[in-house]
Amino acid sequence: MKEVGSKKFSFSKILMYGFLTLASLLSLFPFYWMFVMATRPSAAYNSIPPTLTPGNMLVENFQKVLQQIDFFGAMWNSLILCVVVTIVVLLISSLAGFAFAKFKFPGKNILFIAILLTMIIPPQLGLIPQYFLIAKAGLLDTLQGVMILSFLNPLGIFLMRQYISGSISDELIEAAKLDGASNFKIYWKIVLPIILPAFATLGIIVFTSVWGEFLWQFTVLRDPEMYTIQVALASLNNTFKVDYGMLMSGVFWATIPLVIIFLLFNKLFIASITEGAVKS
Amino acid sequence: MSPFFIIFFCVGLFPILFSLYLAFQQWNGLSPMEFVGLDNFKIVLTDSLFWKSVYNTIIMGLLGTAPQLIVGIILAFLLNQVFLRFKQFYRVTIFMPYITSMVAVALVFSVLFSNQDSSMANYILGLFGLDPINWATSEWGTKIAISLMVFWRWIGYNTIIYLAGLQSIPRDLYEAATIDGASKFQQLRYITMPLLKPFILLTVFFSTVGALQLFSEPTVFLGQSAFTRSEAMTIVMYLYRDAFRLQSFGTASATAVILVIFIAVLAAINLYLTSGIGRKKKRGAGK
Repeated sequence: MKEVGSKKFSFSKILMYGFLTLASLLSLFPFYWMFVMATRPSAAYNSIPPTLTPGNMLVENFQKVLQQIDFFGAMWNSLILCVVVTIVVLLISSLAGFAFAKFKFPGKNILFIAILLTMIIPPQLGLIPQYFLIAKAGLLDTLQGVMILSFLNPLGIFLMRQYISGSISDELIEAAKLDGASNFKIYWKIVLPIILPAFATLGIIVFTSVWGEFLWQFTVLRDPEMYTIQVALASLNNTFKVDYGMLMSGVFWATIPLVIIFLLFNKLFIASITEGAVKS
Repeated sequence: MSPFFIIFFCVGLFPILFSLYLAFQQWNGLSPMEFVGLDNFKIVLTDSLFWKSVYNTIIMGLLGTAPQLIVGIILAFLLNQVFLRFKQFYRVTIFMPYITSMVAVALVFSVLFSNQDSSMANYILGLFGLDPINWATSEWGTKIAISLMVFWRWIGYNTIIYLAGLQSIPRDLYEAATIDGASKFQQLRYITMPLLKPFILLTVFFSTVGALQLFSEPTVFLGQSAFTRSEAMTIVMYLYRDAFRLQSFGTASATAVILVIFIAVLAAINLYLTSGIGRKKKRGAGK
């Protein structure tokens, strides 16, 4: 590598660092900008050139958010939604993945292909039938209504099957069976501990996608008391005269927890998302 | 296993069959359904607003995702340089937009790209001596703002996938090529591109499907006027409007069926076009 690294200042190197730094700054700028706006009165928005330094309205703007929406209630709803869906998806996917990887049962391959096919079907095709299904069950405006149809996650089943086929030998399962262990016991005592790393991967994928999902939550939840944070934030922009300071304050406080979690676990995050995409 | 089959039926199969069924019915969600044959498809396919939404979706899809292919590969290529410093910092910051929700992105961009002369976007235009643009209400303003937010949110994701692709290429291949006297460009062309191809196909597929399903960004960006203005109405917004604003579930289901066909056809076309990368030369050489 010496021939590249030896020249201290080459044109291509400056270009490279310049391009990457510009990309980083452009990626970070909207985050910084929402913070600036969250600390400024709405009137600051009219100044030319635009204000680029934080002001002192951080608390006031957030109080205005609290007058518009039940911010903490909505954050709580989103959190419950994500936690429940993530746990259930992990359990169902690993059980189903285990069955597909290690058991023989009639119609196994057809069923597996059918599940993979539902991955390709866009969710919009299911939107209307699922809406009426939820309405019939009396689950409109409830978190159960939002979560219940996302428990079966084709990507999850697929990833788990791949992981279990690759990491657990048939001999191990056979040996456990000879010792008289039930299928569930094998799952609980042998499979589960081995697939914990895959749980982290799938867990992050499911949690972030449920957290950010909008169309379905927007369709099922009409009652402001049941809003998740995405629907609540969107409702802030639904007036003719929007208070930008208030709006950005809501977005800022809803985004900052995610940013902190991401920065703490960034390697795991990036690896999970890449793995989820590349494996599928 | 049987509960599993039942859930699978509800989640996977029932909606598909019910959508297909509804597409041939006239239904407002309350009164009994009425079989209308292909009328719903006729209504949708002769509605100029539907074709406007198709046009909008394709334009925003192209503007929002196609540049990502090029910029993403360049960024991944730079991030893959052995001697690069602050690699982790660049990787994390470029990926960070992906973790923000689409709603948050749309709201931040609605402030950055507002109609006011003092908005960040219009201020920057002014620095170049250009006139301010009505980002929230004009034909191209809305499309450009929405494409930019799609680009901003997804570029890091695609870059990371390309980076994973580049890292999967064994380094000794390049060393061998260097010894054989291949130039950097030849290495890029004959080693990097062919081996990166599966990863490019993957992102092209995801981008095409995602672009055709665009909904949250324009809806939240436009706020009040989302379902009344046509400049940025996408196919899914058209579908949503038919179903949940106009209570016309038959035509909405017909739109959903048409959308699925669009997605299948366009994904296939794009995959075919992309799979041609790096192949033409070989074909020519074989003749």
